[in-house]
Amino acid sequence: MVRQHGMTLEEFRRIQDLLGRAPNVTELGIFSVMWSEHCSYKSSRYYLKKLPTEGPRVLQGPGENAGVVDIGDGMAVVFKIESHNHPSFIEPRQGAATGVGGILRDIFTMGARPIALMNSLRFGAADHPRTRFLVNGVVDGISNYGNCTGVPTVGGEIYFDPCYNGNILVNVFCLGLVPSDKIFLGNASGVGNPVIYFGSKTGRDGIHGASMASSEFDESSEEKRPTVQVGDPFAEKLLIEACLELMNEDWVVGIQDMGAAGLTCSTFEMAGRGGTGIDLELSRVPKREEGMTPYDILLSESQERMLVVVHKGMEEEALALFHKWDLDAAIVGEVTDKPVVRIFENGNEVVNLPVELVVDGALDLKRPTKKPGYLQKVDHVNLTDVPDLARGDETLKKLLASPNIANKHWVYEQYDHMVRLNTLGLPGSDAAVLRVKDTKKALALSVDCNSRYCYLDPFHGAQIAVAECVRNIVCSGGEPIGLTNCLNFGNPEKPEIMWQFEQAVSGMGEACKFFDIPVVSGNVSLYNETIGEAIYPTPTVAVVGLLEDSTYHTTQWFKEEGDLVGLIGLTVEELGGSEYLSVMCERVEGKPPHLDLPLARTINNLCLSLIKDGLVVSAHDCSEGGLGVALAESCISHPHAPTGAVLDVESTIRNDACLFGESQSRILVSFSVENRTAVEEKAKAVGVPFKVIGKVGGDSLVVNVNGEEFINEEVSYLKKLWMGALESYVR
Amino acid sequence: MNCGVVVFPGSNCDHDCFHILKHVFKLHTEWIWHKGDMDLSRFDLIVLPGGFSYGDYLRAGAIAQFSTVMKDVIRFAESGGRVLGICNGFQVLVEAKLLPGALIQNNTQKFICKTVPVRVENTSTAFTGECAGESVLNIPIAHHQGSYFIDPDGLRQLEENRQVVFRYCGPAGEVTDEFNPNGSVGNIAGIINEAGNVMGLMPHPERCADPAWPNLDGQLIFKSIIKSLQSGVSA
Repeated sequence: MVRQHGMTLEEFRRIQDLLGRAPNVTELGIFSVMWSEHCSYKSSRYYLKKLPTEGPRVLQGPGENAGVVDIGDGMAVVFKIESHNHPSFIEPRQGAATGVGGILRDIFTMGARPIALMNSLRFGAADHPRTRFLVNGVVDGISNYGNCTGVPTVGGEIYFDPCYNGNILVNVFCLGLVPSDKIFLGNASGVGNPVIYFGSKTGRDGIHGASMASSEFDESSEEKRPTVQVGDPFAEKLLIEACLELMNEDWVVGIQDMGAAGLTCSTFEMAGRGGTGIDLELSRVPKREEGMTPYDILLSESQERMLVVVHKGMEEEALALFHKWDLDAAIVGEVTDKPVVRIFENGNEVVNLPVELVVDGALDLKRPTKKPGYLQKVDHVNLTDVPDLARGDETLKKLLASPNIANKHWVYEQYDHMVRLNTLGLPGSDAAVLRVKDTKKALALSVDCNSRYCYLDPFHGAQIAVAECVRNIVCSGGEPIGLTNCLNFGNPEKPEIMWQFEQAVSGMGEACKFFDIPVVSGNVSLYNETIGEAIYPTPTVAVVGLLEDSTYHTTQWFKEEGDLVGLIGLTVEELGGSEYLSVMCERVEGKPPHLDLPLARTINNLCLSLIKDGLVVSAHDCSEGGLGVALAESCISHPHAPTGAVLDVESTIRNDACLFGESQSRILVSFSVENRTAVEEKAKAVGVPFKVIGKVGGDSLVVNVNGEEFINEEVSYLKKLWMGALESYVR
Repeated sequence: MNCGVVVFPGSNCDHDCFHILKHVFKLHTEWIWHKGDMDLSRFDLIVLPGGFSYGDYLRAGAIAQFSTVMKDVIRFAESGGRVLGICNGFQVLVEAKLLPGALIQNNTQKFICKTVPVRVENTSTAFTGECAGESVLNIPIAHHQGSYFIDPDGLRQLEENRQVVFRYCGPAGEVTDEFNPNGSVGNIAGIINEAGNVMGLMPHPERCADPAWPNLDGQLIFKSIIKSLQSGVSA
């Protein structure tokens, strides 16, 4: 029985000792979900303390439904990223859809109107037989759910790699906007206050979803399909509107959605944060079917449900409001002073548990770590057996048409990315940019992680993820103000996986401290393994940036014929972990490119000041595929007609490293001839490597290296390749 | 000039339409709740916005046609009031039989969100007077069930009465299959009723009418409506 609940004997003994008796089956079920990895963070909590979570703008750090960061003008942003990996692998459409639903609820629960969604998706190799099915299902699920709720999906990333063949990743980010003095928290306080359930009815779906997400997959994973919930985006839309309307009144004490571990989790967590107890009567819970046991009701993960504590005397008004929105709603309990949750079924007590034991009782595990043996084999690359390139045309074309680099319009055109009229920067540039209505401000959002780097060196890989995400924000004209992370790893019971985790979190923490960006929310997803094969460590980060003036908004594409093209940053001979080595040589080896944090910061500051002074008209981060791909993208990503460019690059390194290496902290900018001196002087003043490398114009991308032609391709053809590759694959 | 924006529980472009009418065109604008049983006669224009009226798990707009507010809207339209249905609003108008034909799944079987060129086929309507003859507007679409269908007889009537107002086209106005994003019969993107006071279109003019973006093609439609109402010419 204990093992069926995914618990160890040790954990069971601990429950017995602390409770002073054996739990009944319902209580055991409660412990199994609340102490699961998914809800308790028992393997990760120790390390997560290393992340910086504070800053002058932070109004709410980790521990609530989402983090909150002040943006001035009496407004704040609420944001978080969360995984829905396991359900999406089993049932991609509903798994991804309910992932969107869950993160939306985390945001509007805090009183914020959700205004943007993003996602970070990882699929197996493009030629794996299940990949096409999974891509279509996940994208359809996100599209269907997000579009219906009227929250635009404004950006994201998609990568394909064989390491995700047996375990895809679906990480969903949401951001909401809230008056900074109207933030709602998930606590139950005020003895005698009524506890109201509202939203969809409770059914038998999703029972033990949290526990499923806390174990590896094996051959029988298909049998877990019934633990995946089914989403109802229309109900979610009603919840959003009803909640925001409710919060306009002064009735609410605390509010929380029912996510993982459903009614159980919200009841215990709300009591835990309030330092109170709750009495709950299950017969009043709106149910979808007859004959549900307390166990079913408490552990169901039916979607689109909320729990709210309102001030006594306001319950009838609240119920009337929910009925206006045609939502089920009922008073199901009351706040009590003793920190105990008592649950009744028709007056008979079925659960009686101390709040703290359930919420904080799981032992923090400091699991053993061990540097994995594979690193010895892969952490270096011998370039002597990789012949250098005489010309780069074929390589560039192959990279632009490879699924990781190809344009993702097939995906984002399935998402409504414009609704609510805020999206200034549509998908297809470094970051999404949204205006903040009634202010001059705008927000820039980006999500990023190169998991190949993290596989080769989790510490520096995680640092690069932060640095690159920050650079995306900077290139769009924003200053980073907060970060949220989704840490996707394998089975933490394996010391090698824990080592990856420890390294990645340390690296991320160090980078965040260096850039002075608080981590205000996040999510840990472990056990991303199938039949013992773990994914690459994937510590995905999403960074939110602020543009004090929305006119700072800058895009990646070249604008005018005759403009000059400049490269900020230094190119060195680094091919380790590159897309080039992977696509052209099928090799995943080497050290990820070196990241010089102080240089990165100086370059970011330079780029921002160039943008704010109106000196540059485009800025684009060099990432996967290096300078060559960045140049091509700046030529062909213009929403209307592509434009050519002629570049003369001086190099003392291998040609392939020069054009396709992924040296960090490089930004490609373009500016008018008149501004050349000003740009050069600014770069010189801060001591940053900067070179004018060419000119915008013509119908072709021409790159000469040391005076010899290396690439010469018509941009209209490059655009066709880049735009069409993903679509022709997934169809 | 009084405008009303209908709010079904699943409307999600209601705020956008309200914003454009009220804050960009500075018109008196009110919300109209779907459960309300109200006299709409004080309005000059009713907008049915985009979204998913009642979830639209069945055909889009199939449930909305039975809503309380639609009884009022039908009455309003029958007495000559101007009604503009955008996206889901167009679907609702078709289901409510205020406009002929049907809107079915896109032939791509996918939701499509992107800006597309549409050709204005009739500039003598109360909704398009400000669009120069045969001009091409760039307007975003965002729908899953936007493929317009009508039987050949119905199509002939539409064409004869010049009820086809917008067609999907290429950048230079070419109306061909290549530039038909969703499989609509005759590339039809928007139509008007015979009386000329009810128009439905799948593209979202409210998404290109705010000066925060360079593309303001959608303003032409709102300006046309305002001008025709101000000049007092009945539709």
